[in-house]
Amino acid sequence: MLGFLGPNGAGKTTTMRMIAGFVAPSSGTVSVCGHSLTTDTVAAQACMGYLPEGAPGYDEMTVAGFLRFTADIRGLAGERRRSRMNDVTERLHLAPVLRQRLLTLSKGFRRRVGLAQAIIHDPKVLILDEPTDGLDPNQKQEVRQLIREMAADKIIVISTHILEEVEALCNRVMIIAHGRLLADDTPDGLIARSRYHNAVSLSLTDDSANKVKTDLAALQQVASVELDEATGRITAFPSSEQPLLPEISRLASHLNWSLKELHLESGRMEEVFRKITTGNNA
Amino acid sequence: MKQIRIIFKRELAAYFSTPLAFVFIVIFQLLAGAFTFYLGNFFERGQADLSSFFGFHPWLYLFLIPAISLLLLAEERSSGSIELLLCLPLTLWQATLGKFLAAWTFAAIALALTFPIWITVNYLGQPDNGAIVTAYLGSLLMAGGFLAIGVCISAATRNQVIAFILTVVVCFLFLLSGFDLVLGVLQGWLPQLIVDTIASFSFLTHFHALAKGVIDLRDIVFFAALIASWLYASTIVLSLKKAD
Repeated sequence: MLGFLGPNGAGKTTTMRMIAGFVAPSSGTVSVCGHSLTTDTVAAQACMGYLPEGAPGYDEMTVAGFLRFTADIRGLAGERRRSRMNDVTERLHLAPVLRQRLLTLSKGFRRRVGLAQAIIHDPKVLILDEPTDGLDPNQKQEVRQLIREMAADKIIVISTHILEEVEALCNRVMIIAHGRLLADDTPDGLIARSRYHNAVSLSLTDDSANKVKTDLAALQQVASVELDEATGRITAFPSSEQPLLPEISRLASHLNWSLKELHLESGRMEEVFRKITTGNNA
Repeated sequence: MKQIRIIFKRELAAYFSTPLAFVFIVIFQLLAGAFTFYLGNFFERGQADLSSFFGFHPWLYLFLIPAISLLLLAEERSSGSIELLLCLPLTLWQATLGKFLAAWTFAAIALALTFPIWITVNYLGQPDNGAIVTAYLGSLLMAGGFLAIGVCISAATRNQVIAFILTVVVCFLFLLSGFDLVLGVLQGWLPQLIVDTIASFSFLTHFHALAKGVIDLRDIVFFAALIASWLYASTIVLSLKKAD
């Protein structure tokens, strides 16, 4: 599963649209399942499912009618159509709204209907443009769960600007900004680029923060120490690949620091994202 | 072919799933009746024919047809469903043709529902029913011409008001191009050949022949070619502008 990440206006949606065959690339080619989107559009579109941004649909149609329409266009018929309809209805819990018009649906249901139409023909490739945008936390969780279930036997491309989503779902991440590819890595690989990767954070119950900071800075394995005045949290950054945590915890018990918490940072996606997309060491 | 049929079915159902279909049909019948009886002096003419009825069709269509055509694409554009539609496995041709045929069928239904006037005229006298059938055919062809123009213009814009006004204006030009008023202005400074060409594009000239009950193949070919070329233009416009 590929996560497509970027700030708003980076070109995520445009890229998705090019893959789906809605806009033609001004240079280069796109092909899906071996079919070029420029010369063999219909064949390429037949083997993928696409959820456009905002999950558009025909407002005046009922959910059942809308799904039947997409199934027909996808060439599903008879028993196969019935079993696929039942399958997506069940998977996306659409049974209670089947007779409702799209216009009257809540955002969550609308998004689910959009997903249902994208998977109705059980496509090999699934293109989802911001599938969880505008949903409440429960619904987000549900949609993610669903996407994860489908990931086993499909190629899924999702675009999002929600970072936890990428960490939670994807095994490959691409970051783009201003229409350019800036990073292509696994989520773990990206996190490892963080300044906070393997750093150690701690906070104290008393106000000896400045003294602790000096003690930490004196350690050979520590490259630098930062003290966040507002929260009183101290972060020590490692100077090498050597693990920092054992050394610091030894020092803490030796000097009798009154620790409130002490933990190893794995790295911060948000910081990596900012660094990559703005070019600053934010 | 199958894809066209599916699109056609969906579009036609879409017309009837909103009050628009009924509003349109009722207004069409009311206006057609009002024009025929009050402006057309149906009774006073004392003739058993429907020329006072068909004579007003071009003007009726001028305002009513753009209303149905803009639903086809401008509406899809503004709701964003066009992205969904065009990413389904079907060609632009299939989408456009399916939509056009649905709208045309809808117009045909509205037209067919004017049958009481045909019964009336048969009750009152002995009209030439062959001529009336021809006139209906002409009227339907003209509606198709207006619709094809509307499809093309609605493909170009997401703003439904603009689509409506532009369609009315373009249709109006096509109507007017046969009028002496326009031709007289042009005749002074344009070569006769161009004036004749412009005049030959007139809906009115072609329609009037059919409305009188004269089936001239040229008139039918004119409307068919007109519809085909505007639809072809629609697919080009769509492929150029589908994303914006």
